[in-house]
Amino acid sequence: MSLVNFTTREITCKIVYYGPGRSGKTTNLQYIYGRVPEERRGRMVSLATQTDRTLFFDFLPLELGSISGFKTRFQLYTVPGQVYYNATRKLVLQGSDGVVFVVDSQARQLDENIESMQNLHANLLEQGLDIRTLPVILQYNKQDLPPELILTPAELDEALNFRAWPSLPADAINGHGVFETLKAASEAVLRKLSEERT
Amino acid sequence: MDLNQLFRFDTFLVGASNRLAATAARTVAQTPGTAYNPLFIYSATGLGKTHLLMAIGQQAKQVAPTVVVEYLTLEEFVEAFHAAVAAGQSDAFRNRFGNVDILLIDDVQFLTHRREMQAELLRLIGQLQAADKQIVLSSDCPPAEIEGLDERLVSGFAGGLIVDMGRPDFETRLAILRRRSEERGAEFGPGVLEAVAAFEAANVRELVGTLNRLAAFQAVNEAPLTPESAAALLGWEGGEAPAVPAPPPPKPADEFSDFLSDVTSVLARQVEAWRRRVAEAIMRWEGEGYRTARLEALLNQSAPVSSEAALRQFERDVERLRELEAEMTGMDPTGGGHAAFRDPDRVADAEALVQRARDGLSPPPGPSALWTFEQYASGEANRVALSAARAVGEQPGRRYNPLVLVGPAGVGKTHLLHAIANLLAQAPGAVVACLSAQDFLDELVQAIERDRVDPWRARYRRVTALLLDDVHLLAGKERSQEELFHLFNHMAAAQRQLVFTANAAPRAVAGLDDRLVSRFDGGLVAELAPPDRDLRQALIRRHLAIRAGEPDGDLVDYLAARPADSARAVLGLVQRVLGAAEARGAIPTAALARELLEGAVPPAARASVSVRTSGLVASPVGIVKSREKFVWSWPNPADRLVEELS
Repeated sequence: MSLVNFTTREITCKIVYYGPGRSGKTTNLQYIYGRVPEERRGRMVSLATQTDRTLFFDFLPLELGSISGFKTRFQLYTVPGQVYYNATRKLVLQGSDGVVFVVDSQARQLDENIESMQNLHANLLEQGLDIRTLPVILQYNKQDLPPELILTPAELDEALNFRAWPSLPADAINGHGVFETLKAASEAVLRKLSEERT
Repeated sequence: MDLNQLFRFDTFLVGASNRLAATAARTVAQTPGTAYNPLFIYSATGLGKTHLLMAIGQQAKQVAPTVVVEYLTLEEFVEAFHAAVAAGQSDAFRNRFGNVDILLIDDVQFLTHRREMQAELLRLIGQLQAADKQIVLSSDCPPAEIEGLDERLVSGFAGGLIVDMGRPDFETRLAILRRRSEERGAEFGPGVLEAVAAFEAANVRELVGTLNRLAAFQAVNEAPLTPESAAALLGWEGGEAPAVPAPPPPKPADEFSDFLSDVTSVLARQVEAWRRRVAEAIMRWEGEGYRTARLEALLNQSAPVSSEAALRQFERDVERLRELEAEMTGMDPTGGGHAAFRDPDRVADAEALVQRARDGLSPPPGPSALWTFEQYASGEANRVALSAARAVGEQPGRRYNPLVLVGPAGVGKTHLLHAIANLLAQAPGAVVACLSAQDFLDELVQAIERDRVDPWRARYRRVTALLLDDVHLLAGKERSQEELFHLFNHMAAAQRQLVFTANAAPRAVAGLDDRLVSRFDGGLVAELAPPDRDLRQALIRRHLAIRAGEPDGDLVDYLAARPADSARAVLGLVQRVLGAAEARGAIPTAALARELLEGAVPPAARASVSVRTSGLVASPVGIVKSREKFVWSWPNPADRLVEELS
């Protein structure tokens, strides 16, 4: 997907929230949705099962209005976390400009995190997206849980972040770190604007 | 931004509610950087923050002309910062503000959650304070209430002086009203301003707006306002002051705005400056309804282009289109919507359109140069009307608007009307329409026939004064009255002079629309009475002097003593005497006049159904109700009198 369209003077950023099941991707989007003035947000589309698990994906369009003369819009997607929805994940990843990888900080979820990360690598490769240049932000979610249950950001960096991507601690359910993550992701994505053309 | 010259300390009214702020501001202006630094002024909107800030700047410049003063709103400050950052010139930005002696920043409440701006401001304040430079800030709330404001800024502000201004008390309100009405040259009856001041206006702007309404009302109504009528006019009957709007609820913590400003600043860095300028120009012109294809093509270039020249050219083209469109709507209100006026690539088309319109537009009929004030004989019978006419001629649109001259036929209404028109036409840029209501009606009928009503209307809408003779002729002519009504409103709104004549007071003319009548009554209705003896004498003396040299005193007295119900009849007498004298080769004397007038038989032609006037045959009861008016199209009115009487 092309990020900047000079003919229509539009900048469109597609950011995909990736990560294992129940790590808090939809929670991130819901928190953002709640903070966006009504005229700026589209309808949040959420295809969930009866037990509130994301079945297909969540989609939250954000209209940021005119910035530097460009109509700027962000499209936030989540992928279903459960392992068996890999086809959907591939579909959602198509044409993404950046990825937020939401990590479940609980110690017992480490394997799921690693598995999902490997899945991300595999899917990106399949999509022809270069993991080395695609902006990725790690969000260490659920840092509000008791310390004995979770791994610290440093430990998680050690386990997951061998590419030294920017990483942020978060507590998405209470909103801590949600916008910080979004900001980091959008900055990283927008920075690619000038790189792409040169 | 430039300082508004009107915002000075001597135009700032000090009352109990703003004394502290005003004193602090004066101190700061006189000794910048020493007394209170920073000075932080806060108050609700419309109470004079901007006034005080600008007053500080002006006073400081008076005290020391070399002082560098910079006034700007926070928005402008942010914009300047973003622009500097985007252009990679943040050092230039810092130099610009680092070198001022007095920095005045308005509306800093918009610092809410703008962390990068706060950091920049903090740095700047530190730098200026270290150099003993003055900083003055204004806001609509105290620093502690500015959402998401850096603690260091809050404490920094507290280190200077934080003052607030309240709503003006009764005395201050009254003083403001008195001063403003003096400035406007508006005088109000006793108790009126007090009555206005008694209501608690939410802010000074509202107060001044109220005053403006009263002044406008009083300007068009001769009767001075009373406290009661003022209250009634403002809809405050029953003693209820307008409700003061509640302050807006405080904004919730706004993570989204924060995110948005972050994205904005990142984008500003990422999009090349020229592309941003072009894109912003497109946004702006598109928003104003102009076609921007030329700029869009520019944006699609991959290589950097010199956008400056193209943007300037585009702007010039738009400017030209605007001028053309304004001219076009002046001539033909429906012509302004043409697509060519919205496409900078079609300036030539637009020029051609306007040229065509110009060619089709002739100026409206003007006054006859023969009738001036110099030739107008004055007497008791027309004194009021004459002085009102002069006042209108000298101060069009401001004294009596409209002026309605009423009186029977032949007392000099038309002469006076044209005299006013001639005087008005002398003003530079004046376009004066002076015509009979009959011509007005005929023109309209013709315009309707030819489907040219809009241009016809436009022709009159651009005049600076409209003088319409014999407006009673429009009685029963609905369409003409309708047009006149709209034209009247258009002219009155633009404070352009309107003068009418009628054979009776508007109210007494059957078939005139009430809305017109009330508008006529809203100006001054001045009556011209049939000439009294003095006036007749003056008329005769003047006329004889023109035709036969120094007038014979006996002749003047004799003629003046004869009854005549109009100036025209008086002149007819003179004309007959002169004609007879000429025929006999004698000089006109009282004896000759007596013989002629007392022995003469009334001319039979007067009684005939139709009258020959300059080759035109018109029934006196036909479409032209006042056949005397044919005289206009004649170069010399005296010729007509000879013809009619012979």
